[in-house]
Amino acid sequence: MNEFFQQLISGTAVGCVYALVALGFVLIYKATDVVNFAHGEVMMIGAFLGLTFIDTLHFPYWLGVIAAVACMTVFGALLNRFLLRPLAGQGILSVIVVTLGLSILLRAFASVMWGPETFPLETPFSRKVVRIADLVLSQEHVAIIVLTVLLVAALYAFFRYSRLGIAMQATSENQLAAYYVGIPVNRVHSMIWALGAAIAGIAGIMLAPISFVQVNMGYVGLKAFPAAVLGGFGSIPGAIVGGIIIGVVESMAVLYLPEGFNNVAAYLLLLIVLMVRPQGLFGVQTKRRV
Amino acid sequence: MHFPMKTSYRDDLHLFKDRSSVVLYLFLFAFLIALPFVTGDYVQSQVTFVFINGMVAMGMMLLVGHTGQISLGHAAFFAVGAYTSTVLEIRGIPFLPAFAAAGALSAIIGLIIGLPALRLKGIYLAMATLAFSFIVEEVIVRWSSVTKGNRGMTVPDASIFGFKVSSVTHVYYLSGVVFWLVVLVIINILRSRTGRALGALRDSDVAAESMGINLAMFKTAAFAISAAITGLAGALYAHKLAYISPEQFGIMLSVEFLMIIIVGGLGSLHGAVFGSIFFIVLPQIIVTVKAYLPQKVAELPVLDSATFGVLVILFVLFEPRGLNGYWVRFKAYLSLYPFYRRGMFRRSRIGSADLIKH
Amino acid sequence: MALFTVKDLAIHFGGIRAVDGVSFEVEQGSVFTIIGPNGAGKTTIFNLVSRINDPTAGTITFNGQDITRIPANKVAKLGIARTFQNIELFDNASVLQNMMVGRHIHIGTNLFSEIFRLPSVTRAEIESRRRVEEIIEFLRLQAYRDSPVGSLPYGVRKMVELGRALAAEPRMLLLDEPSSGLNIEETDNIGMWIKDIRDMLGITVLMVEHDMRLVGAVSDRVMALNYGRLLAIGTAGEVQRDPAVISAYLGN
Repeated sequence: MNEFFQQLISGTAVGCVYALVALGFVLIYKATDVVNFAHGEVMMIGAFLGLTFIDTLHFPYWLGVIAAVACMTVFGALLNRFLLRPLAGQGILSVIVVTLGLSILLRAFASVMWGPETFPLETPFSRKVVRIADLVLSQEHVAIIVLTVLLVAALYAFFRYSRLGIAMQATSENQLAAYYVGIPVNRVHSMIWALGAAIAGIAGIMLAPISFVQVNMGYVGLKAFPAAVLGGFGSIPGAIVGGIIIGVVESMAVLYLPEGFNNVAAYLLLLIVLMVRPQGLFGVQTKRRV
Repeated sequence: MHFPMKTSYRDDLHLFKDRSSVVLYLFLFAFLIALPFVTGDYVQSQVTFVFINGMVAMGMMLLVGHTGQISLGHAAFFAVGAYTSTVLEIRGIPFLPAFAAAGALSAIIGLIIGLPALRLKGIYLAMATLAFSFIVEEVIVRWSSVTKGNRGMTVPDASIFGFKVSSVTHVYYLSGVVFWLVVLVIINILRSRTGRALGALRDSDVAAESMGINLAMFKTAAFAISAAITGLAGALYAHKLAYISPEQFGIMLSVEFLMIIIVGGLGSLHGAVFGSIFFIVLPQIIVTVKAYLPQKVAELPVLDSATFGVLVILFVLFEPRGLNGYWVRFKAYLSLYPFYRRGMFRRSRIGSADLIKH
Repeated sequence: MALFTVKDLAIHFGGIRAVDGVSFEVEQGSVFTIIGPNGAGKTTIFNLVSRINDPTAGTITFNGQDITRIPANKVAKLGIARTFQNIELFDNASVLQNMMVGRHIHIGTNLFSEIFRLPSVTRAEIESRRRVEEIIEFLRLQAYRDSPVGSLPYGVRKMVELGRALAAEPRMLLLDEPSSGLNIEETDNIGMWIKDIRDMLGITVLMVEHDMRLVGAVSDRVMALNYGRLLAIGTAGEVQRDPAVISAYLGN
């Protein structure tokens, strides 16, 4: 039974990372119609930046995190300005190919900057445990879950109450209408990219103690697709719930299914959802008008 | 200037547009047949890889370029073809039946993955095929009683009616023959009812349906044909490398296939072949250029993939019609000389990544 | 008996009754026009006939056969072809290729024979090409035969779409606002062609149209709709004089 709960918590923790990557991914998709196949790599860059600030430059942990996230916002905005905005109006395939090309580039960039090795990232939670009754949980896992909850609450407040958050929602809902009421759509898009990249950066730094910092950690980002689709592709709460479900299903597959299933559980789930309920758990289906 | 004279509808149906293109292709065939007599193993191997990639690219082109269905899973069909033929030939089955089985099994799997394609479009389909590709890779790793798992398998020489296809030159001719047969098959499909139906459902599915086109049937058919051709290419690839293992068929391979057709120019078979040539020639160019680069840059292991990534992005942004766009304009320049003007093709969207809207 | 019968047809989108219990009959060889203000449910009726949407209630009968629930891709084979309000052409194909797609249901070749390019395929292609050329000539589209339709002017694109529908050799043609976006001269041409289609080709026409001049010139019968309900049915003159129709257009 304990084993079950420990797997549940570690699965939820990993799921939180998926959820955050999926959240940024959905945020960007909803607002700008860009399906960012490089979002996992954006996350990887965030993790490496965290590593640079904390390990190489010896920043205190939290200051390092803040510095890395600040860099990520700039990075996200630059990506939008110089790579994605010129693509506006082009077909879905152009976007897919450009973001795939970007993912290759970012991996190449990271392996040049930081090398192909795997790096551990020491955190204030490393090698500590939380005891609840006779349950022994890794503090890192618990910290991830707590941080995710705080972050999601902050984002909720941001979208609900701040002017910028509401402008972002309006742009996602209807670009043209947002433009007509005086929202600077291009600038808001850049900010959404900045926000998405920042969240991915946080996810990358959170993932670092679990999977180490390395060039290929961006493949985790591919799990954001099943998470986003499960949640209805376009629904932000859906992306969060979807991410956590994927994380938990994977960790349960380790316990209860033959070896190998944990690697593909997310993708099996994706195929099943697409076949049975393509609109996801939270979405609605629409038909093109003629 | 040059105008072909046509006097009957039959003239419009010929494989070649006019006599000059017949001559051009005859020269090309003569060149390809003569190649092993004038070059060594290295060049032949590179051209063999162009044939193999070219087949996959044409299969992709039929599905992505002509039907508008995006696939990020073609590495899986490639793997199924490679493993099917290898597993059968290890058990003593001759090449031709094993080769046919590779195509058939890939087609069947293509049909299965084509089923969700009926309800999915654009990005959803890309994700479904991506997921499918991961699953196939995992199956190959885990099903080690048949596939030998991560250790990989040595591929026996192909045996055709007792003749052993053993040397580089043999594989070159075998791949060449299959390549040109595939070209013929795809052209024949594209210039008849099926090909027109595929293009129609890409451009407007409602209108296609109102003209009596069964969307479900043609979408799955496109998947099956594309998968079969990719599977055949996979079988040749196994024989070319003589050794296969799961990591050769990872997700990056699917991405490369997609990029080949984008660089080549979407919606044209010429583009598929140009893209494949480009993909094989690019590393050679990089090797040559390396000599002139600062040593620090030249030693980077990621130079090839990074260059390809950059080029793909540049193509989409600045030349969405791909290499084929240059070719079309070059031909127009020759035939219209001296009347060619810049910007004559600005309004044509054919062959651009913009082709797929939904 | 009428060629085409619609009985108590209704469709609800959520709470909106887009079409609400409409019945009418179209006689073989006639031009039947549906008029009405925007949102009256005219195009929705077309979409129900070509099976893009499923009706909530009612039946559609064509040539004695109930087609209310058949799959959308079976409609053409029965002899119904259509055009679209906002033009749905295959933009990356040439005019010729678009019309050849219109021949889809008449070309009986299968994948196997196509791959090997059997003589039957060549024969079918030539036969269809001949028919398509007749239509190109009929609609005077020769100059555009090999142009990609995406690059053609609006009026020409409309004609190509009409030609594609004719290539299917339908018994009944659905025209969704054939004059929209056309200038006066082009509209006059359309009127002439609709008459030719009826009289020379013997095709029954079911049409949605706003231009009352065109409606009056070609229609044998006219039906007026408002908010999905039938207001009046009769000759163009009768419907135009109907008080319910006048108040629907001008308000009370």
